[in-house]
Amino acid sequence: MAELDSVILSRMLTTLTLAFHIIFATIGVGVPVLISIAEWMGIRKNDPHYILLARRWTRGFVVTVAVGVVTGTCIGLQLSLLWPSFMEIAGQVIALPLFMETFAFFFEAIFLGIYLYTWDRFKKPIYHWLISIPIIIGSSMSAVFITTVNAFMNTPQGFTLNGRTITGIDPIAAMFNPATPSKVFHVLMSSYMTSAFVLAAITAFMILKGRRTDYHRKALQVSMVSALVFSLGTALAGDLSAKFLAEHQPEKLAAGEWHFETEAGADLILYGTLNEKGEIINEIRVPKMLSFLSFSDFNAEVTGLYEIEEDLRPPLWIHYMFDVMVTIGMFGLGLSMLFVLFGKIKRLNGFQSLLLWPIVAAGPLSMIAIEAGWIFAEVGRQPWILRGYMKVAEGATTSDHVGLMFVLFFGLYTLLGTLCIIVLKRMFKENPAEAELEYRFK
Amino acid sequence: MDIPIVGMTVLWVFLYGYLIVASIDFGAGFFAFYAQLTKRDDIVNNLISRYLSPVWEVTNVFFVFFFVGIVGFFPQTAYYYGTALLVPGSIALVLIAIRGSFYAFGNYGAKDSLFYTFLYGATGLLIPASLSTALSISEGGFLEERNGTVVFLANKLFTSLYSWSVVFLAIVSVLFISASFLTYYADRASDSKALSLLRKFALFWATPTILASFLVFLSLQQHNPRHFNQALDLWWMFGSSLLFFMISVWLIYKRKNLGTAFIMVMLQFFFAFFGYGASHLPYILDPFVTIYSGYTNETMGITLVIVFIAGLLLLIPSLILLLRLFLFDAEYVKGKK
Repeated sequence: MAELDSVILSRMLTTLTLAFHIIFATIGVGVPVLISIAEWMGIRKNDPHYILLARRWTRGFVVTVAVGVVTGTCIGLQLSLLWPSFMEIAGQVIALPLFMETFAFFFEAIFLGIYLYTWDRFKKPIYHWLISIPIIIGSSMSAVFITTVNAFMNTPQGFTLNGRTITGIDPIAAMFNPATPSKVFHVLMSSYMTSAFVLAAITAFMILKGRRTDYHRKALQVSMVSALVFSLGTALAGDLSAKFLAEHQPEKLAAGEWHFETEAGADLILYGTLNEKGEIINEIRVPKMLSFLSFSDFNAEVTGLYEIEEDLRPPLWIHYMFDVMVTIGMFGLGLSMLFVLFGKIKRLNGFQSLLLWPIVAAGPLSMIAIEAGWIFAEVGRQPWILRGYMKVAEGATTSDHVGLMFVLFFGLYTLLGTLCIIVLKRMFKENPAEAELEYRFK
Repeated sequence: MDIPIVGMTVLWVFLYGYLIVASIDFGAGFFAFYAQLTKRDDIVNNLISRYLSPVWEVTNVFFVFFFVGIVGFFPQTAYYYGTALLVPGSIALVLIAIRGSFYAFGNYGAKDSLFYTFLYGATGLLIPASLSTALSISEGGFLEERNGTVVFLANKLFTSLYSWSVVFLAIVSVLFISASFLTYYADRASDSKALSLLRKFALFWATPTILASFLVFLSLQQHNPRHFNQALDLWWMFGSSLLFFMISVWLIYKRKNLGTAFIMVMLQFFFAFFGYGASHLPYILDPFVTIYSGYTNETMGITLVIVFIAGLLLLIPSLILLLRLFLFDAEYVKGKK
C-alpha cells in the first residue's frame, strides 16, 4: 500500500468532497428544469396536478440545494487549501470562469429565494413561472463555467509557462479549450437525464406502494418523457466526447478502452478483465468499432497506450468505470424508450410493475453513472493535474494535517447525507400529495 | 488607474457586503437560539425566519465571491493562505456547512428543534471567530517560510492579544449589527413586542462593540506599528465611524427612524472597515504578499474587472427585486404574504 503522504491524502479528500458534492450538484442543475417543465404544463393545461408537482419537487429540491451550496463552498475553498501551488499558477488563467461561476451562482441564489416565496404573490401564474428561467440559467451556467475549468485542466491552453512564471495569458482561449464543448454538453445533458430519472424513480416507487392516482401518473409521465429526451442528448454527448478524446487525449481513451497497440480498424472492448499477464479475457469484442466511434471511420488509426511513456499512463482500471457509465446510460435510454412506446401502444400500459421496478432502479443507477463518469474523466488524466504542465504531486499542499481534515470532512458528509435523507423522507411522508391536493385546490 | 487597487477595492466591497449580510444572519441565529432558550421564541423567531429564508443562500455567495475573487486577482495569496490556513479554514468550512444545511433542514424540512437552533446559534458565533483568524494572520507574525513551505504558527496566534481582540470584536459586532437590523425589521413589521426585545439587544451590544474596537486599535500598535501609524493618518475615517455609531445608538435609544439608524450602523462599519483596509495596504499578507507582488497577469486583471462590471449590471437589478419583495414589501414583512 502506498504511503499516506500529503499528496495521496489531498487526492483522497478532494475525491471525497467532489464525490459527495456531485450528487447534489447534479440534482441542482437538473431538477430546476423538470420543475419548470411541470409548472409550465400546469399553467398551459390549467391542471393543478402539475402545479402541485412543481411545488412538491421544489420543496424537496431546496433541501438538496442547501447541501449542494455548502459542499460547493467546501470544494471552492479546498482548491486553494489543498492545492495551493496549483492555484497559484493555474489561478492566473482560470480565474475568469471561476469568477463567472460565482456570478451565475449568485444569480441563481437570488431567484431561487424569490421563486420559493412567491407562489401565490403574483396575479398571473405565468409571472411566477418566469422566475424559474433565471434559476435554470443560473444553475446551468454555473455548471458550464465550472466545467470549462475542468476542461482546461485536461487540455490547457491560452498561456505560456516558464518555471513558475506565466505569460501570454489569453483568458478566452483558456476557457474555450478543445475539451470545453463536449464536456459542457455531456455534463448538462447527463445532469438533466439523471435528475429526470431520480424524480421518476421516486414516483415509480410511490406507485408501486399503491398510490395509483392521476397525480402520480402525470408525474411519472412527465419525468420519463423528459428522461428519454435527455438520454438521447447524453448519448450524443458521449459520442462527441469519445471523438474528442481520440483526437486530444488519446491516452485517456486508450487506457479506458484497453487499446494498447496503435492500429487501424481498432476493436471496441466491452467489459472483460485483465489476467496476471495483463491480457484481456472475458471481453466482448466489437470489430473495428473503436475506430468508428473515434473518427466515424471503421478503418481509422487509433493511438494505443504503448505510444505513451510509461510514467505518463493513466491506470487501467478506469476501463471498469467506462463500462459502468456506458452500460447505465444505455439502460436508461432503452428503458425510457420502452416506457414511451408502451404508452403509445396501449394507454397507461407503462404503469405496470414490469417497468416500474426498473424505473425505481434507474434513479440511483444514473447517479452511479455520474460518479463513474467523473472518476473515469479525472483518473484518466493522471498523473497530470494540468495535463502536460504540472503533475498532481507538484500541486499538493505540504501541510501535515491533511489526514485529520479528511476525517473531519468524512464525518461532516456522513452527517449531512444521513440527515438530508431523513429530512426528505419525513417531509413527504407527513404530507402526502393527495392530502395536499385536497387542502390546496378543493 | 491602478488595476491592483481597483481589484482590491472590488474585493473589499464584497467582503464588506459579506460582513453586513452575514452579521445579520449570524446574529439572528444566536438571537433565535437565545429566544427559544428563554421561551420567547414566539416573539422573534417568525420574524427572523421571514427575513432569512429567502436570502440565506445569497449571504453565502458573498463569501464565495470574495475567496474566488482574491485568488483570481491575487493568485499568490492562494499559495500562502492556502498552505497556512488548511486547519482553521477547514474548521470554518465545516461550521459553515453545518450552519447552512441545518438552516434548510430546520426551516424547509423538519419542525423546530432546539438542537437545530442551538447548532445554528452556536455556529453563528464560531464562524466569525474562525474567519477573523484570516484577518489576524494578514497582519504578519503568524506565518514563517521554512524549508520551502509555509508554516502556520498556531501557538503564537492563540497567545496573541491582538488576535483575541479581533475575535472579540468580530463576535460583538455581529450581534450589534444583527440586532440593529432586526430592530428595524420588527419596526417595519409593526411588531412592537419583537421591537422592544431586539432594541434591548442592540443597546446591550453597542458598548462592547465600541470597546472592542478600541482594544483592537491598541493591540495593533503593539503587533504591527507600521499599520497602526498608517491608520492614524486616516484618523478621520475612524472618527467618522465613531460619529455614525453614536448617531445610530441615539436613534435606537430614542426609538425613532430605525431605518436611518441601521444605515448609520452600516456607515459606522463602512468607515471602520475601509479605514482598516486602506491602512493595511499595500500588504495583503504582511510581509509576504502585497497587492503588487501578488497581482495576477495584467490581461486577467482587466478581464476580471470587465466581467465584474457586467456581473454587477445583472446582479444589482436582481438584488433590488429581492429586497423589494422581502425587505421593503410591508405586507410580506408583516407576514401577510
